[in-house]
Formats: sequence, structure tokens, C-alpha cells
Amino acid sequence: MAREPVLTFTPSGIYCPAGDFHIDPWRRVSRALITHGHADHARPGHGRYLATEAAMPVIRHRLGDIAIDTIRYGETRQIGGATVSFHPAGHVPGSAQIRVEVGGEVWVVSGDYKTEADGLSEPFEPVRCHAFITECTFGLPVFRWTPQEEVAAAINRWWAANAAEGRASILGAYSLGKAQRVLAALDPSIGPILTHGAVEATNRVMRDQGIALPDTLHVGPDFDAKAHPGPLVVAPPSALGSAWARRFRGASTGFASGWMRLRGVRRRRAADRGFVLSDHADWDGLLGAIRATEAERIFVTHGYTDIFARYLNEAGWDAQVVTTEYSGESLDEPASDGPADDVTEGAT
Amino acid sequence: MKRFAALFQRLDETTKTSLKTAAMADYFRDAPDDDRLWTVALFSGRRPRRAVNATQLREWAAERAGIDQWLFEESYPIVGDLAETITLILPPPSAQSDLSLSHWINVLRGLHHVPLEERKARILEAWEQLETAERFLFNKLITGGFRIGVSQKLMTRALSMATGRDEAEMQHRLMGDWQPDTTSWHALIEAEDASADLSRPYPFYLAYQLDEGPDALGAPEDWRADWKWDGIRGQLILREGQHFLWSRGEELMTDRFPELARSLDFLPSGTVLDGEVLAFTEGAPLPFNALQKRIGRKTVPKKLLKEAPIILYAYDLLELEGADQRAEPYDTRRARLDELLKDLPPEAPVRLSPQLSFSDWSDLGRIREGARDAQAEGVMLKRGDSPYLAGRKKGDWWKWKLDPLTIDAVLIYAQQGHGRRANLFTDFTFAVRDGNGLTPFTKAYSGLTDEEFRQITDWVRKNTLERYGPVRQVRPEHVFEIAFEGIFESPRHKSGVALRFPRMSRWRRDKPVNEANTLDDLKEMLAAYG
Repeated sequence: MAREPVLTFTPSGIYCPAGDFHIDPWRRVSRALITHGHADHARPGHGRYLATEAAMPVIRHRLGDIAIDTIRYGETRQIGGATVSFHPAGHVPGSAQIRVEVGGEVWVVSGDYKTEADGLSEPFEPVRCHAFITECTFGLPVFRWTPQEEVAAAINRWWAANAAEGRASILGAYSLGKAQRVLAALDPSIGPILTHGAVEATNRVMRDQGIALPDTLHVGPDFDAKAHPGPLVVAPPSALGSAWARRFRGASTGFASGWMRLRGVRRRRAADRGFVLSDHADWDGLLGAIRATEAERIFVTHGYTDIFARYLNEAGWDAQVVTTEYSGESLDEPASDGPADDVTEGAT
Repeated sequence: MKRFAALFQRLDETTKTSLKTAAMADYFRDAPDDDRLWTVALFSGRRPRRAVNATQLREWAAERAGIDQWLFEESYPIVGDLAETITLILPPPSAQSDLSLSHWINVLRGLHHVPLEERKARILEAWEQLETAERFLFNKLITGGFRIGVSQKLMTRALSMATGRDEAEMQHRLMGDWQPDTTSWHALIEAEDASADLSRPYPFYLAYQLDEGPDALGAPEDWRADWKWDGIRGQLILREGQHFLWSRGEELMTDRFPELARSLDFLPSGTVLDGEVLAFTEGAPLPFNALQKRIGRKTVPKKLLKEAPIILYAYDLLELEGADQRAEPYDTRRARLDELLKDLPPEAPVRLSPQLSFSDWSDLGRIREGARDAQAEGVMLKRGDSPYLAGRKKGDWWKWKLDPLTIDAVLIYAQQGHGRRANLFTDFTFAVRDGNGLTPFTKAYSGLTDEEFRQITDWVRKNTLERYGPVRQVRPEHVFEIAFEGIFESPRHKSGVALRFPRMSRWRRDKPVNEANTLDDLKEMLAAYG
């Protein structure tokens, strides 16, 4: 009898027959292992959840009252016939790759990941495996990131120059992960740091779990923008042209995303500045990670999958594309991202 | 190159016109003469002659990046710009360089004289020394199409700020047939005698579109009207026994329209006319597609000269007896123009575009309704006491066009845009129903909002039936209203028709495909308006 694969790809998501559980499923299932809290990976409605201790607070904050169990990085757990463990993915605080071992064969699901340490998330650790299920959001050789210090310095310079001219700087960044990464990289001596409600809500959750972030002021309905001149305002991308943002008259706008590497995308956003900062691996990062797993079989889930898989096949791997409902780094944060009250506040 | 790259970055990182102008003015104040002259040249559409072709560049870039050609080709449409794709795909530079913009332009100009292998070596060497922004600009110098969000108007304003000279004067100085090799910064921008160039045209005055009708313009008796012709705007210059014809896009079109050489037989030197080049026989203009055959032809075969002879329909007088007339009121210029042209025989290649007399706005509205019969697109309104201004200025000249023709069509193919529209599907092919099938009849690229382009892009990704290179065949599901200015018979197209200025005027989400228009509808329109 042919052995069943460790993981299979079903209409509900990635499934482990030996352990009868799904990983980051997009349809409702009885048992879900979750790599991290972004909306395309952690969805509501599953029977039971398992996530890392560090990812749990955000997932609970976003999904409400769910049955969630936690696990430490590196800890192994037996689920049916499968042994599972979670390993740092470096994507956002608490994010994990999930290792599944059945009968001595090891498969790893990357979730989303980046290989550069960002100072906030647990740094990416390669896990040796037979098969690696990887994202490839930026799986093209034109995507190459500059080191985080350089991007952070550019953001601080932009902020300082605007502040010197009495202008606010509004920076669009995902409210979970990117926003906190930017906050941690800011130089608070330049001026006040303000936040949109969706960002502040995540900040609160992360501060409660002991993650150090600089002091921020939440821009609520009655906030007096004039009382805080020259601020840096961190907001989700969708808030950038909204009524909420208009209170900062004459502000310079920036956008932090890997997509800012492309001039056409940067100009279409009509932001004044684009900062190339991604929580996903770049071309070299993806290839480096794949090599480090020593896996022979590669499944690519989202991003430039066709191109990336073809490249891997030509380079000697056994690669194939699997269709999933993950979105990777989209330019606009999904509307469901963030608690309802904050979304209303940010809406035009 | 660093100074030019810094300018580019300041321009590129803001959407505010005032900041862009300030950045350019700063640059024009301190850059070396050769660099600033070249910058003016580049921003006004001039560039060094191309020394290597795009295929060679792509191959060299892929080779240097250590990737296969197919991977480069897959990346290109996603980035959307060849110069940028090369810039991003190459490894970071290993050296630095402080050489100037003009130096690198000279490197490119020197490539014409060396064998291919040497060209490659010099390009690779340049890539190795230039940082991202510099490298991008260097590649742009090779591939051309220097569109970086700086209009000529904006550059003119910046030059005026930097030099303290009047903007209109600066605009006039930049007109015409100069090249960085044939002039200098001093001669072009600063020298006292700017009119030395015989062929130099005046900046065109451009009208704004009148959307709401003329009621808000005030008293009808202050205004004059003439037809808005559907031809090519042209400025005919007669000076010292020579003639020159300029297009609105500052292209010298003299050789394309040899009929106008005879205007010197009928009109004195020292005359400059503003008007419309039209195909014209037996006392009346021909439809635009007659003129279309002449566009793009540098030499004109005899047969075509006979089939589609052209004239200049003059409607304004810019120079008379060598004197600039632009400050005179329109009524005065027009009276002098009438006087100048009134006795010309019918064989003269210049004619007077008639003025339309009207008693009030509703009277003019009725006249406008007859524009299509007169082969016109609508009417022009010009204030009787207005001078001839430079560029597009609101207030004195308005175009009041007919409403476009429309047809409801089915989206069948989609392709990604370039530049600012890279990563979005913006280039579409539309079909009309034909029995049980669909017949493609036009492409359209504009008219939707950014949000609509985003939505349709999402939809295209999920509803692709087939890929042909960059073109995707999509499920025939969406109906769009296509607006256009004219319809012509065209044996080259499967549908048998060609449209003028097609664009998407509305996304008809309310209409199912079986309610889109048919090929028969299209043919009826051809019979009625073609």
C-alpha cells in the first residue's frame, strides 16, 4: 500500500491525514494549527486552534472567544499519528513555521516568513525537512531588500525633514507586524508618535505580552492634531487618503511595503514616499531558506508561484504550485483586519 | 550623474507641483551648463540617439544577473518598465562614480562608433559604477521615453524661476528644432536675441473643455465662435521665403504636407498662421480618416496627394509683416487675418476658417448640433478682446464638443499597463455580438477610475481563460460603454470598422452580455456617421 503523504492539499486548506488537523485553513474545520494572526492565515469559525504562545494574544484579539491552545517554539506535540512542532518564521511576533513528522518523514509549512531579523519578531530558523511548503510573495529576482537599518534611517530622515518644516508625516503600514516593526525602528527624539486605532489596538495587545514599543498617542475622534506638531503618524494603508487622515493638513505621506520596490506601484499609490520594507523574504531570502531546509520537494503556495516553481525545477528541485487562498503582502490591508470599532473610525 | 539622480529623486518622491518646480529651479540654478542643457533637452522629449537595442540590453542584463533570459522576460511585465527591470535585476554596483550626466550621455553617443562587443563592455562597466537611481536614469537614456512626471510647462516655470525671465518668453525659447549639439545653455536660455531661429514657432494657445455649456461665460456678444475641426492643429510659419509647419506637439511637419509650400505664392513672408490641417476637396473638409492616411507618412505618394489633398484652415494670426500679433485682441487679429486671406484664389493651400454668427447661447447650441454634418467635432468659443496666450490657460478659449457616440461592448482580452499602471490590467479589447459569437472591434485604455481598474484587475486574474504572451483572454462577462468621436470603414479590422478616440465611459455592471450591442448596430452607426 502506497504511503499517504504527510500533508495533502484539500479545498479547506493544508491537511494532515495522520493527525486529522489542518494548517491555516480557509474553510471551517474542527482542528486548525495557525502559523500567525494575519487575516488570510487565521480565520474565524474553527473548532479548536493551536498557535504559539506569542501569537495567541493577537489571534484572540482578532477572532474573539475561540478555543485556543498554545505551544512554545521547539516544543513537540503528538496529534494522532503526527508529531508537530512550531519554529520561528521571523514574519511578525509569534509567527511560526509548522513542522509535521509522520513515520520519520518531515514536512514543513512556512506560513509567511522573512529571513532578515527585524529586532521584534523571533528570528527565522531554518528547519531541515523532506518537503517544504513555502510562500513566494516576492519570488522574482527584481525583489531585493536593503538592510532594515538603512530603511529605518531613511524613514527617520523623512520624518525629521517634515517635522522641521512643521509638517506631519503619515506612514501607511499593516496594523499587525509592519506597524510595530516601524515603531520599534523610529527615533522618538524627533517628535511625537501617533497611531491610528487599528494600529494602537495591536500595540496594546503586544505591550501586554511584554513586547517593548515606544510611547504612542492614539488619534481618536476628539484628538487635537495641532497640539502635537511634527508627528509621525502610523496608520493602516486604507486610512491614508481617508477623512481620518485629513486632519493632518499638508502632511507628507509614506508607505512601507515590499511593493514600494516597484516605481509604478509607488506612483499609483500617490504617496509622497515609498519605503521598501517587507515582512516577506526577498528573492535571495527565499532561495537561501529553501536551500537551508535541504528539502527536495517544494510546494509553493502564494505569490509569483508559476515563475518561482519553474525556476526551482530548472535549478534541480522537485517543485510544484499548489492553489491556496493566502494573499501574502497585498497593497491594501483587508477590511476585516482590525477590530470593528477602529475600522469604522478609519472609514471615510 | 549624482546631481541629476538627486533631482530625479526629489521629483519622483512628491506629487506636489510646487515642490517639483522648486526642485528643478534649484537644479537649474547650480548644475553645470552641459548638464542643465541636457536636462532641458531630456525633459522636452529630446534624447541621445539609441546606440543599443532593447534585446541586447535584456540579454546583457540577464547574463550579468546570472539568470536565464526567460526569468528576465517574466519579470519585465510585472515591473512594467524595461529600464527599471534592468536596474532592479542587476546585482548592486561594485564601484562609485562622480561623473556627470553629460559624461554618461557622451559615453552613450560614443557607442555608435565601436563594435558590439565594446558597446557591451562599456554598458556593463557603467552598470557597475552606478547606484540604483543613477542606473535607472542611465537605462532610461538608452531606452528613451523620459516620462517622469515633469511636463514641459512645469519645466518652463522652473526655468523662469531660476533665471528670473518671463515664463512665456521661456516657453518661446524652448520651442522649435534645437538639439543640445546645435545650441548651448547660454544661447538657448540666456542670450538676448532669441528670435534668431527662423523656424521657431510661437507656443500654441490651448482651449479648455467646456463641460457645462456656455451659459456661465456671460454675455454672448463678448464671444466669437468657429467650428472645432477634427484635423491636426498646425502653425504655418512663412519667413524669409521659407515655410515651416509645426504640430501642437512641436513636431516639424513641413515635409509631410508639401501642398503648403505653395502658400508662399499667395502670402507674404513675415506671416505666421494658427489653424487646422484638414483633408479638403471641393470646398469642404473630408472625414478624419482621409487625413489619417497622411499622418505618419514622411513622403507622400502622388496618388494620396490626389485622394486626400490638405489645406490649412486658418483661424488666427500670430505674426504679420514680421511683427508679433499675440498681444492684440482676438477681434483685431481676426480682422487682419480676414483681410490677409479674403482674396486668395481657390487653389491656395490656405483658407479662412469661417466664423459662426449666432444671436444667443441657445442659437449657438443649435448650430453645434450640426457639427457632425460640417465634419467638425463641436464649436470653439473665443473671447473677442482676448490676447493669444501661451499654453493651456482657462478663461478666453473654450472648446464645446459634441457628446461622443457610444456603444455597449463586451470585454474579451486584457493586458497589463506600463509605468504607473504596471501590475494593473488597463489595456482592453472589446467585442460586439455577432450571431452567437463575439467580434472584436476596438481597444480602449482609459476612462475608468483607479478603483475600477483595481476591481477589474482582480477579476481578470480570476477569470483568465487563456494566455497569449502578455494578453489574457477573459470570460466574456462584463459590458462596458465605449465612447468615441467618430467611426470609419476599415478593411484592416475584422469588424470592418475603426473608431476614433475610443475610451471606456462607463462600466455597465447592470447589463448582461446578451444586451451588449451587435455588429449590425455598429454597421448602422457606420452608415449614419461614417
